[in-house]
This record gives sequence, structure tokens and C-alpha cells, in this order.
Amino acid sequence: MSATKRVNIFSLSLVRGIVFQILGTLVGIGVVTLIRLLMGLPAWKAEPAGVFGAFLGVLFFLVGAGTIRDWYKMALGEPVSDHHAADPEQPGWAKYFNISYDHKVIGIQYGVTSVVVMLLAGSFALIFRAELARAGLQLIELDMFNTLVGLHGIVMIASILLGVGAMSNYLVPLLIGASDMAFPRLNAFAYWVNVPGALLVVSSLFLGGFDTGWTGYPPLSARAPLGMQMFFLGVYFIGLSSILGSLNLIVTVIRMRAPGMSYFRMPIFVWAAVATSIIGLTATQLIGLSFQMVMFQRLFGMGFFDPAKGGNVILFQHLFWFYSHPAVYVFILPGLGIISELLPVFVRKPLFGYKWIAMSSLGIALVGFFVWAHHMFTAGMEEYLRVPFMYSTLLVAVPTGVKFFSWVGTMWRGRMSFETPMLFTLGAVSIFLLGGLTGPPNATVATDLHLQDSYWIVGHFHATMFGGFVFPWFAAIYYWFPKFTGKMYNEKLGKLHFWLMFPAFYLMSLGQMRVGLLGMRRRIADYDPALGFDNTQTLVTIAGYVIAFSVLLFLFNLVRSIRSGEVAVANPWNSRSPEFQLPSPIPEHNYAEHPFVVVGEPYDYGLADAEYVRFGAASEPAAAD
Amino acid sequence: MTTNVTSEVRASYAYKTATNRLGLWLFLLSDSFVFGGLLVSRFYLLGNTRPHLDQTLGLIVTAMLLVSSFFMNRAETAIAHGDEKTFLRGTLITLVLGVAFLLGVVGVEWRLAPFGPADDVVGAVFYMMTGMHAFHVLTGVIFLGIVYRNGRKGLYSAEKHWQVEAAAVYWHFVDVVWIFFYPALYLIGTVAG
Ligand SMILES: [Cu+2]
Repeated sequence: MSATKRVNIFSLSLVRGIVFQILGTLVGIGVVTLIRLLMGLPAWKAEPAGVFGAFLGVLFFLVGAGTIRDWYKMALGEPVSDHHAADPEQPGWAKYFNISYDHKVIGIQYGVTSVVVMLLAGSFALIFRAELARAGLQLIELDMFNTLVGLHGIVMIASILLGVGAMSNYLVPLLIGASDMAFPRLNAFAYWVNVPGALLVVSSLFLGGFDTGWTGYPPLSARAPLGMQMFFLGVYFIGLSSILGSLNLIVTVIRMRAPGMSYFRMPIFVWAAVATSIIGLTATQLIGLSFQMVMFQRLFGMGFFDPAKGGNVILFQHLFWFYSHPAVYVFILPGLGIISELLPVFVRKPLFGYKWIAMSSLGIALVGFFVWAHHMFTAGMEEYLRVPFMYSTLLVAVPTGVKFFSWVGTMWRGRMSFETPMLFTLGAVSIFLLGGLTGPPNATVATDLHLQDSYWIVGHFHATMFGGFVFPWFAAIYYWFPKFTGKMYNEKLGKLHFWLMFPAFYLMSLGQMRVGLLGMRRRIADYDPALGFDNTQTLVTIAGYVIAFSVLLFLFNLVRSIRSGEVAVANPWNSRSPEFQLPSPIPEHNYAEHPFVVVGEPYDYGLADAEYVRFGAASEPAAAD
Repeated sequence: MTTNVTSEVRASYAYKTATNRLGLWLFLLSDSFVFGGLLVSRFYLLGNTRPHLDQTLGLIVTAMLLVSSFFMNRAETAIAHGDEKTFLRGTLITLVLGVAFLLGVVGVEWRLAPFGPADDVVGAVFYMMTGMHAFHVLTGVIFLGIVYRNGRKGLYSAEKHWQVEAAAVYWHFVDVVWIFFYPALYLIGTVAG
């Protein structure tokens, strides 16, 4: 890269999108105000103007960034190009700020956005965790505390969804031997719609915030400040991204596999990604619907959740949790897939029970559709629903147990080595076990009546998220880093990252569970010092800061390695997977110059002469749109 | 199923169309969850009662939508046989019936209904369901407009008419949704009030 290449920042899609979003917001506010004026109403009303402005802002962003240009041409019957090439006039980094149809670029866009958003959500937590370190109020106001708690939750969820998008977009086409996703334009659109959506969610901080937590239950959400509407609208668009991304992924897996790659010869992560996508494609619609209904209640007075008009607040919870429970499987299934994918490589043994793992991912996804009401045992819902939902929830332990059984079977008498990705994989298994074992008490009605809304739940949930997403996510980044960048990360710093984060996480999660059992409520800024857990709270806060520090270390490691790391070899882990047979970094058109056929089983590690992929015999799969 | 496909086949119009078709059907599956959620909400909130609506008008708009699906099917079959004239006429009739349906529901029924969206939960459910459906009809009408324009320019042939197929399938889907919504709003239960 020569330093002489310069970029006009207004040529970047990201910048143009944001400028258009601001413009669209102003136009929307103006239109509503004008209409009200013409109707003889008081011209200025913040809520309708703000909501319509925000909505129009997102649409303007998408147009301004150029996400729909090709579709517009297609609708008019004009030809569009199927092939992507980075603009040679611009420096290499510019393609990440522009619309790209290359799934690898989009995967990196997802990944970097996910990390940026994670830092934001993490810093929200650091602020309110500092407040919770001692009893009494020292740092922030109550409203601010509530908003930060809610934002930490929802922004982390956005970060995880983006991380899941990063893994499935970058990895799945490579793992199945495709040149790209089935619908590259839809892929780009699904990424870019997140950006204005996330901006809206964060803007709620400056529009009065919202005090409902990330679940947005009415009736409170029906009268919270304007920030609530921005939260609903932002999440709505992020959900749209999930739906479209899931659709694209399922079609890609069904239509774009390399010759010889039958369903049971796909790398196991692909199964996890498909199971995730089934949830994302369908259930997401219901959180969208429930949020839309609250928005309309606020805007038009439609009384869905207003008992005075015959509405029912419990309906919101049914619709909301029909998505939001399966959503946790969207968060963890890809991570569990990463564990199954990485373990055999570092144990040098076949994956134990491939078909069982593949089916257990689908099993978790499907059972997940029938468990949502376990969040509502104390909500005043119909009482006869409690026991059936208790049993269906406990049933989830069966396919999850299958996974643990297989992981132990894979590790059994293997020749383990402990590079950073493996450390994070093992950490994930251990932490997810903690998360899994602390689940049944919440699923069981009798115990849940006591545990509901306590800090115990916070501890349990963080264990499932760290075990099911955070640790596998870091494992995946370290593992595939050479394929992304062509450089190796620094192993020492990577290990330090793990050895800081792993014990700190246990301290945090077990501390949260302890204060919960002793009577700490979740989402409350203060507690009675007489409860006697001040010191545990302080430890939890310290642990949180150690985790944050370890993440900074991780970032430092990656940035330094990209700039001046060792040049990576093609296959540093001796993996059998097809993408590791390509040079590092991956060539722009994947396997175009290196076609392969699948001739054996994917995970026959340690077996003599067992071949998985054979190069030089197949043809290049093309994209359709 | 696709494990031994050559790159020439993958680059072909037929293969891409089959891929697009799968995408469209998955989209409809996803969309049907919105309408499913609305139906569940309707029965959860209103139970065995229904809004007070004009039965004659309901019957007329329903008939128009069902008949429009017939003409859309004719249009699609015609272009698949290379009969451009029948295709264009069928598309235009579908489009006109679609607009008439929209006018009937949003223009007339919304005015005739003895309740507004903010009055009580019956109104909320009625306007939400018909509104969401009307929004889909509107997008379908726009889609048909594009297809009609491109059809007049001669962009479709017996072999290549994916846009027509997509518009037709989407239109039938919107029609099928109404087949569930119509009884849920007009027929089932006793009139609330
Ligand atoms: Cu749950």
C-alpha cells in the first residue's frame, strides 16, 4: 500500500449513509410537523416527529450508502455485475467502509462492528458496575442507571448478533467450498441495515433514555421517554438484518456446496449455523411484531397492552419471549459449533459422534420454540401453562448433554496441545457447563419462584453467554486470524488474555450468583448494606474491570499483529478443513483457482491416509441473486 | 442434491432461478410468522368476539382478492407459454383488483367502521391486522406495477420470467393470508360491543 492513495471521505458508503441518515431524520421531522400544521393541530409533538424522522433516517441511510442501487437497476431490467472487485484507486482499508459483495469483507465488517459495539456495551456495564461496588448511590442517577442497564443488555445482544453474522458470513462459504453467499447483495444489505439501527439504539441515551431494561415490557415501556421508541425502532432494524442474513445462509448451504460435500460431510460449524438461521428466519418476526405493537400503542393509542382499553400486557411477554428465548440459542449455537469444530484439531482425534452433534444443534433449535413461557412463571400468566413449560425447558438439557458427551468423548485420550484457540475452547466448555448446570433451577417452577429477577439469573445468564458465545468467539478469532490477515497473532499475549479473563469470569459469575441467592435484585441501583454482601459486590466489579482489561489486551494484540506480526503459513494448525488448504490470507475469489472435491470424512484426525478434500478436480461455484 | 453440479450449471439462469425461488419461499415462511403472530394476538385479546363490520363490503373485497389471484395465475401461465398479450392483460387486471381491494379496505371499511384504532382493543386489533395486510397488498401492487412495466418493454420470455413468477407467488401468498384473516375478523365469534 502506498501512502499516496487518498480517499475523499464523502465517497465512503459509511459516511454517505450517516449524512443521509441525518438528512432523512430532519425531513421526517419536518414532514410530520407540516402535516400537523395543516391538520390544525399544535405543530410540534416530539414523539410522532421523532419516530417518523428516525424511521425515514434509516431508509435514507440505506439509499445513501448505496445498498439498494443494484436492486433498483434489476427492477428496471438493467444488467448488474455478479462479480466484485475492490476499487484499485482506493487504499486497501477503504473497502471495509464501502458496500462490498464479498462475503469475506462483509464478514470482517460484521466482526469489527461487533467488537466496537461490544466495547460500548462493556463500558456501560463498567459504569453501573462501579455504582454497584458499594451500597448507596455514589456515581449516577437512578434513571441513568436504568438506561445503562438496559443499554448494556441490548447493545451486547446487538454485538453478539453481529458476531454471529461475522462467523456465519466469513466461515460458511469457505467451509462448504462456495465462492460467496447465495445472495451477495442481500448479504451487504443485511450488514448495512445494522449500522443505522445501532445508531438509533444508542441515540436513546440522549433522548431521555428508557427504564425498562432490555426487555421493554409494557406498561412501563408504553410511557417511558422518547428513548424507548428509538430502542424499539433500532432493534426492529437489527432484527431485520437477522432475518435476511438467516435466509441467505440457509439458501447458501442448500445450493452452494462443493462437489461431493453431502450434508453429513460438511464441517460441523455449518450445522450450527443452519440451526441458528432457522430460529433467526422465523422467530425474529415476533419480537418485531411485539415492538411494533408497543410503538403503535404509543403513537396511535392502539390499546393492545392497555388494560383500560381491554388490552393485556401478558400478550407482549408471550410474543417477546417466543423470539427472545430462542434468541439465546442464536447466540450460543454458533459458539458450540466452534467448540466442536476446534476440539478435534487440537486433540488430533476424530470428532466423537458427528451426526449426533449435527442433530443436537437442530434439536436445541426446535425444542427452543416450545419453552418461552419459562420467563413468565411469576408474571401472572395462565397457571396451567407452568408445568408443561417446565418440562419442555428441562428437555433442552438432552441435546445439550449430547454435545458435552461428544466433547468429552473427543478429548478422551487425545493428544491435546494448548495454543490460545484451544485454551478458549476448553474455557468455553467449562464455563458453559456452569451456565448449563445453573439453568434447571430457573426452569423448575418451585425454585424459579424464588430466583426470578434476582442476581442469580444475571450470573446464570452471563455464564451461558460467556461459555456459549464470548469464549468460542475469541477462540474463533485467534484460530482463523491467519486466514483473515495473513499474519499470526502473538501467542504470549493471547495466553495472557485467556489467563486474565478465565478466572475473572468465574469470580464475576459466581459472585453474581452469590449476591443473588442472598437477596440482591437485578436492575436495582442500590442495596441494603445489612444484607452483608458489599465485599462480594466489590469483587464482582473488580472482576468486571479485569475482563475489560483483558479485552483491551486482545485488541492490542490483534492491531499489533496486523501491523507487524509474523507472516502466517497456510495451515498453522494442521487442519483438514478446506479453507486452511488455501494460502493465507484467503484469495479474493476463494476456491476459484483452487477447486476441490470432497472425498472423505471431515474429522478423521489421526487416521492414516484419511483424506477429506482433494484439490484440482472440481469447478467453481458461482453466485446467484 | 447439488453435490455434483458443474460451474456452467451453477451460472445458468435455471439454476439461479431455483436458488432465488428457495429464497422467496423462505421469505414467505418468515413473513407468515408475522401474520401468525397477529392471528394469535387476535384470539388472545378478543377471544370469541369479533369487530362490528360491514358484511357486504367484507364479502366484496374478499371476492375481488380471490379473483385477482386467478388472473395472476393466468398471467404467469401465459408468459410461461410465451403469450405476452394474455400475460399483460392478466397482470393489469390483477393490479386493478389489488388497488380496488386497497380502496375497499383502507378507503371504505376504515371509514365505515364504528370504531377507531384508539377506542378499544377491538379497534386496535382490527386496524393492526387489516393495516399489516394492506401494507403487503400495497407492496404487491408496486411489484405488479414493475412487472407490468417490464412486460410492456418485452423483458420477459417463456424461458426467463423470474420476476413474474416471484410477483405471482407473492401475490398468492398475500391472498392466502387474507383467507385466514377474513374469517378471523368477519365470521368467527359474536359481535363485540
Ligand atoms: Cu429462556
